[in-house]
Amino acid sequence: MSLRSPIGKVLGSGSAKDGTGHWWAQRVTAAALLILGGWFLWSLLQIDSLAYADLRSWVGRPLSGVMLLLLGVTLAIHSSLGVQVVIEDYVHGSAVKIIALILNKFFHYFLAAAATLAVLRIALGDGA
Amino acid sequence: MNNAGRPLSPHMTIYRWPITMTLSILHRTTGVALSVGLIVFVLWLTSIAGGATSYQEFADLMQSAVGRALLAGWSFAFFFHLANGIRHLFWDAGHGFEKHQATVSGWFVVIATIGMTVAYWLAL
Repeated sequence: MSLRSPIGKVLGSGSAKDGTGHWWAQRVTAAALLILGGWFLWSLLQIDSLAYADLRSWVGRPLSGVMLLLLGVTLAIHSSLGVQVVIEDYVHGSAVKIIALILNKFFHYFLAAAATLAVLRIALGDGA
Repeated sequence: MNNAGRPLSPHMTIYRWPITMTLSILHRTTGVALSVGLIVFVLWLTSIAGGATSYQEFADLMQSAVGRALLAGWSFAFFFHLANGIRHLFWDAGHGFEKHQATVSGWFVVIATIGMTVAYWLAL
């Protein structure tokens, strides 16, 4: 027999058991993307041209590198959270739904890792 | 059970589409479109990291007619999701829930989106 009162069992745990974590992360990444996205669009206007040499030296600068890295990772998190809700709303059947949700996570981790590696390769001066 | 012929309550085809409904659907649609755009963004960074040749291949693809149309679409989607996202953040903070306020802020989002998209392409 549990000593927890019925109200204690109910408070803070609806049928989903949680939920504010996803909601809050979506908002925090949205706020971050206001800054990072704004910086990105502004920077594209500032650089001399979109030719290879100009772009590469721009990405290679310390501040640009850090901001691009944060942008790539934050976009991946925000996108992952958004696509997750779309899957939860429209994909039915628990097996298909769970597989789709896991693949969504995997794919967005992949994108975050790829963006990070690309920026690091440029910043650390690998190759061309 | 055969339900054919039973009356239905008024549905999407009956109501005149309010701006709030259109923008709500657009927010999700542009979100998914931008998720696809994220793949291209990562490819762009990867192509720069890969050297002059790989970047040129990427640039050639995006400078094609299809590529330019996609970039224009993604920029529109980005500015819309940005403007309407700010509208959502105001709602989250508890402001602007009245019906007329939501309609006004909706039209404001439409104007801001078109304005920012056009201004950005002119500035680029």
